[in-house]
Amino acid sequence: MAGKIFAAIDIGSFELELGIYEISPGSGIRKVDHVRYALALGSDTYRTGVISYRHVEEMCAVLADFVRIAEGYRADERRAYATSALREARNNRIVLDQIRVRTGLKVKIISNSEQRFLTYKAIAGKDAGFNRMIQKGTATVDVGFGGMQISLFDKDALVTTQNLPLGVMRLRSFLNRIQNESRETRTELLGEMVDNELFTFRKMYLKDREIKNLIATGSTVIHLARHFTEEGPGEWISAAEYKEFYKRVTAMNRGMKEDVFGVSPEYAALLTPSAAIYEQVLELTGAETMWVPGVCLLDGMAAEYGEETRLVKFKHDFSGDIIASARVMAKRYKSHIPHIQAMEEYALGIFDAMKKYHGMGRRERLLLQIAVNLHSCGKFISVRDASSCAYNIIMGTEIIGLSHRERELVANVVRFNRQEFSYEESGEDSMLIAKLVAILRLANSMDRSHKQKLAGAKIAVKDGLLTVSTSYEGDITLEKIAFEQKQEFFEEIYGIRPVLKQKRRIK
Amino acid sequence: MAAEEIYTNPKNFVNRELSWLEFNYRVLSEARDKNIPLFERLKFLSITASNLDEFFMVRVASLKDMVHAGYEKPDIAGMKPKQQLEKIAEKTHELVNLQYSTYSRSLVPALKQQGLRVIVNHEDLTEQEGAYVDRYFHDNVYPVLTPMAVDSSRPFPLVRNKTLNIAALVKKKSGEDDTLDFAMVQVPSVIPRLVEIPEEGEGRAVILLEEIIERNIQSLFLNYDIVTAHPFRIMRNADFNIDEEEAEDLLVEIQKQLKKRQWGEVIRLEIDERVDKRLLKILKRELHLENDDIFFINGPLDLTFLMKMYGMDGFGALKTPKYTPQRVPALMNDDDIFTNIRKGDIFLHHPYESFDPVVDFVRTASKDPDVLAIKQTLYRVSGNSPIIAALAAAADNGKQVSVLVELKARFDEENNINWAKTLEKAGCHVIYGLVGLKTHSKITLVVRREEDGIRRYVHLGTGNYNDSTAKQYTDCGIMTCNPLIGEDATAVFNMLSGYSEPLGWNKLVLAPLWLRGRLLKLIRRETENAKKGEPAHIMAKMNSLCDKEVIAALYEASCAGVKIELIIRGICCLKAGVPDLSENIHVRSIVGNFLEHSRIFYFENGGRPQLFMASADWMPRNLDKRVEIMFPVEDPEIKKQVMHILEVQLADNVKAHVLQPDGSYEKMDLRGKQKICSQDQFCEEAAEAVRRKLAEQEPKDRRVFIPAEPQENQ
Repeated sequence: MAGKIFAAIDIGSFELELGIYEISPGSGIRKVDHVRYALALGSDTYRTGVISYRHVEEMCAVLADFVRIAEGYRADERRAYATSALREARNNRIVLDQIRVRTGLKVKIISNSEQRFLTYKAIAGKDAGFNRMIQKGTATVDVGFGGMQISLFDKDALVTTQNLPLGVMRLRSFLNRIQNESRETRTELLGEMVDNELFTFRKMYLKDREIKNLIATGSTVIHLARHFTEEGPGEWISAAEYKEFYKRVTAMNRGMKEDVFGVSPEYAALLTPSAAIYEQVLELTGAETMWVPGVCLLDGMAAEYGEETRLVKFKHDFSGDIIASARVMAKRYKSHIPHIQAMEEYALGIFDAMKKYHGMGRRERLLLQIAVNLHSCGKFISVRDASSCAYNIIMGTEIIGLSHRERELVANVVRFNRQEFSYEESGEDSMLIAKLVAILRLANSMDRSHKQKLAGAKIAVKDGLLTVSTSYEGDITLEKIAFEQKQEFFEEIYGIRPVLKQKRRIK
Repeated sequence: MAAEEIYTNPKNFVNRELSWLEFNYRVLSEARDKNIPLFERLKFLSITASNLDEFFMVRVASLKDMVHAGYEKPDIAGMKPKQQLEKIAEKTHELVNLQYSTYSRSLVPALKQQGLRVIVNHEDLTEQEGAYVDRYFHDNVYPVLTPMAVDSSRPFPLVRNKTLNIAALVKKKSGEDDTLDFAMVQVPSVIPRLVEIPEEGEGRAVILLEEIIERNIQSLFLNYDIVTAHPFRIMRNADFNIDEEEAEDLLVEIQKQLKKRQWGEVIRLEIDERVDKRLLKILKRELHLENDDIFFINGPLDLTFLMKMYGMDGFGALKTPKYTPQRVPALMNDDDIFTNIRKGDIFLHHPYESFDPVVDFVRTASKDPDVLAIKQTLYRVSGNSPIIAALAAAADNGKQVSVLVELKARFDEENNINWAKTLEKAGCHVIYGLVGLKTHSKITLVVRREEDGIRRYVHLGTGNYNDSTAKQYTDCGIMTCNPLIGEDATAVFNMLSGYSEPLGWNKLVLAPLWLRGRLLKLIRRETENAKKGEPAHIMAKMNSLCDKEVIAALYEASCAGVKIELIIRGICCLKAGVPDLSENIHVRSIVGNFLEHSRIFYFENGGRPQLFMASADWMPRNLDKRVEIMFPVEDPEIKKQVMHILEVQLADNVKAHVLQPDGSYEKMDLRGKQKICSQDQFCEEAAEAVRRKLAEQEPKDRRVFIPAEPQENQ
C-alpha cells in the first residue's frame, strides 16, 4: 500500500473533531471518517479565562476515544491541533499536560494565522480550478464564532489577512438586545452594524482591489450552503442568488431554520448573523460569485501532512504566500524595496553557502527571508528607534502561515539587527535567533549604500572562510567598513570568518 | 368539513389494539383452516395464545396504568383508555371462545381421527392408563410440588405471574368444622406439561400435567377432603414497563400520581368454566379482580402447550415439510464474501435464502488480516449466536469491534446483558443503547484496508441479526461496498457512539431525525404527481401502520388519485376502500407459515420509481423513538427482485386477507382462479435459482477427462 493513513484532531471552540484521511500519490487526499463531538470549550475560555475541570474531563474522554478510533484505522500518524479556546485559556499548559497524561496525545496549540493558513491549504488542495480562480482577485472569508477573517489575494498569492472582531456570537447577542424590533428593522440594523465593522478594512485594504470571487469557509456557512437553493445544497452561488437566499433565511423563524438546515436550536440562532455577514461582505467587495468549498481545519491538517510527506503535490506555492504577505507589509511601511531585494539575495546566498555549518532547514530559510523583508519597517514609525518599532509592528501584525513563536522569532531577529544582541532578551529561541541575526547583519552590511553594488557576488565557504567575492568595479568602501563591523559577531556564532573580496580586472 | 379535517378525523382511524386483535383473529383463522396440515393448525392456535399473553402483559397492562393514573388522552381513533379496555374485553372474550371452540370441536376430534387421543379430563382415563399416570405422579411430580393451604394462621399465597396453578376448596377431615379452606398448588414448570401415555395397540394418547395432579390432589392434602379443584392462571401488571409508545407524557402523569399505580395488580384470570362459585369468589376477592378480567375457559388453560404437541415425533405427514433455506446464487463460488460483494451488490431474501452469508460476513471479517474494524447493531440475538462468537474472535484478533447492544428489546433484557458482557470481556467496544431511544436499525459495517485504499462493506437489513428467527421471519438484506453507503454507515455508527450528525447523508435515511419527514415527502410527491395527471403509485409492505400523520398523508394521496397498495401483516389503523377517503387504498395482510417481517416501500415518482427497504414500520414509535434506517434499492437487478416480492405478495390469493371498508378482513374468493401462495412461490423460486446456478456451473462435456494440475510439495 503506497498510501498512508493520517488522523487529524481539531480541538476547537465549540467542537472536537477527528478526521481520518487516506493520502496517496495516486488518489490524493480522501477523507475516510469524520467524527464530531460538540463541546463548548470556548464558552469557558471566553467567560472565565480558564477551561473548567468538567470540560477537561469530558474532553479527555472524547480524545481518548479519538485515539482509539485512530488506532482502529491503524493510522500512520496522528496530529492534534488546538485553536483559540485553548490558546486563550490561562490554564492551557495544565490542560495540555492532562491530555498528554490521560490520552498520550501531544496537542499543539496553533496561532490564528497558522489556523487560517491550514484552512487555506485545504481549499487549495480541494479544487483544481483554485489556481485559476485566484488569478482574478479573490478574497477568502471565514466567519467564525468569535471573529471573522478576511484574506486577500493578489495575482495568485495571498497578500494580507485580517482578523475582525465580527463573529456570529457577538452579532447574536446584539440581535437579542433588539428583539422587540420588527424583522425588517432587525435585518437593517444588523446590516449597518456589520457594515461599520468592515469600514476600516475597506478603506485600508480594498481601495484599489477588484474582488471577483469570494471563498467562504467556516462551519456556519457549510450549514448555510446546505440550502443555498430551494432544491438543496450548492457549492457555488452567485451574488444575486445569495441575495435571494438571504431574504429567505431572514424570513424564517428559528424552528424553520432548525428544520431546513438540520441544526440544533442554539445553532439555528447563529445562522442569520452568519448569513448577514456574508451578505455584507459580498456587497462590500462587489464579488460576483461565492464558493463554499466546505473544508475544515482537519482537511488543512491532512493537506499539510500530505505536503510534508510528499504524498501530494500542490500546484500552489504556499511559502510564496508567506513571503508575498511579508512584501506587502514592507511596501506598506515604505521600506526601500531594491535594498530588500538585494539583501534577500545576499542573505539567502550566505544561508545556502553555510548549509553544512549552520544545520538549519527550509523553514528557517523562509524565516530569514521574512526577516529580511521586514528588517526596516520600524523606520516608518521612528527612524531613531527603528528596532523596537519594527519589533512591535511585527508582533502586532498577523502574518499568515506563521505560528506565534515564529513571528516572535522574526521580530527578534529584526530587532537585534541593529540592537546589541542579548541572549537573555531573546528567550528560548536565542540560539536560532543569533544564527539568523548574524546572517541578516552581514547581508545588510553588504548593501550598506543601498545601491546593490554587490549584486551577483559569489558566496562560498573555502578553507574555513566565508568568502564573498564581487566583481563590482566601483567603490565599495561603505560596504567594506560595514562588513568588517559584522564580521566578529558572525564568527562568534559560526566559527567561520566572513571576508569580502573585490576582484578587479586589470586593465 | 374541510379536507384536512377528514384526513385526521378520529372517526377515520381504527384503534390499534382492536386492529391487533383482528390480526390475532387472522392467525386463528389459519388454525381453523382445514386445508392446512393438522399439526400446523396446532401451531397457529398456540401462537394466538402466546400472542394474546404478550398483548395483555404489554398493551392491556399499559392501558390499565393509564386508567389508574386518570390519563384521559384519546387515541388515534378518539377512544379514551377506559373505552378501549371495555372494547378489548369484549373482543378478547370472543377471541378466547373461538380459540377453545377451535380446539375442542375441531382440533381434538381431528387429532383423534389421526390416532392421537388427547385426554381432556382425567376422568376419561382407562384403568390401565390411570395406573400409569398415578405412578408417573408419584415418581416424577409429587416430589416437586408445594401444596399450600390457607387458614387463619396462613395468609393467601403469592400466585406467580403466568404460572399454572390448581386451586381447591378443602374441608378438615376431623369433621366438626364445616368451614371450607382455600388451598392451591402450582403446576411445576420444570416438568413437561404434555405427558404421553403408552398405549396398547394402535394410536397414541396424551394428557396434560394439571389433569394428572388434579387426579391425585387428595394425596397432597391428607388431612383434608377436597371439595372442588380447578386449574387457574393469572397475569399481572408487574415487572414490565409501560410500552414506550405513550410513555413520554404518560410517565409524567404517572410520576405525579405514583401512588395510584398498583404494582403486581392482577389484570387477567383464566379459570375453568365449571369452577365452583365459592372458589371463584375467594379468588376474586383475594386477587382484586373485576368481572371483565375473568376468562372462563372451556378446555385446558394456556394453549401454548400445543407448540410442544407440534414438536412430538412422528406425525410427519401432518406437518408441512421443513423448508431448508437455499444458498444465495451470487455466493455459490470459491471467492470469499468480500470479493463477491465487490462484484456487485448482493440481495438476500430470508428465510427463502439462507442467513449464513450474514454470519459468514462477520466471521470472515473477524479473521481477515486486512479488516480494521467491524461495527454492528444488535437488537435481538439468539442465545449461542455465531455472530457474537465471531465478534468476540475479531476483537481477539486485534480488530476494532464496536457493538451497539439494545437492552430495551422487549422481554429479552436478561439475555442481552449476558452476551453483552461476553463481548466486553473479549475486548469489544460495547455501547449500551441510547438514552430515550431504542436502536432498531440493522446495520453491519466492515472496514477493510485494501490495495487501493480503505473500502467499506455494509450489510443492511430489515430483520434482526438472529440466525434462528431468520429461519421463520421473512426479511430482506443487502450487502454492498458502495462508497456512498459506506460513508453513511460510518456516520451512523459515529452518531450511535454519541458524536454529532454528519453534515449530510448520501443514501441512508435515519429515524428519529429524518425518516418521518422523508416518508411524508415521498407520499406527498405522489399526491402532487397525481394532481398533475402523472402516474402515481405507492406500494408498501410492513408489519404495522398506525402513524396518524402518515395515514392522513395516505388518505390525501388516495383522494388525489394515487393508487396505494399496502401489505400490512399486523396492526393497521387506516381504513381502506372507504368512499371519499381511501377509495384507492387496498390493504392486505399475509399470514402464513413464515412471519412476514420485511419492510419494502415503492414510490412511482412520475415514472422514475424509487424503491426502499427499512427496519421501520410506519408507527409513531418507529419514526420518533427509535433509531431506524431506510435505505434505497438502486441496483437494477436487485430492484427487479424486490419488485417481484411486492408483485407476488399483491397477487397472493391463498394466504392474503383483504381489509374491507367495514374494518374486517376477508380471504379472497378462489373460484376459477389459479392459486397463488406467495410464500410457497418464493420457496420454489429460491430452490429453482440454485438449480439454475448449479446447472450453469456443471461442466458441459463430461466425456473429456481433465488432467489435474501438478501440486506443489505434497
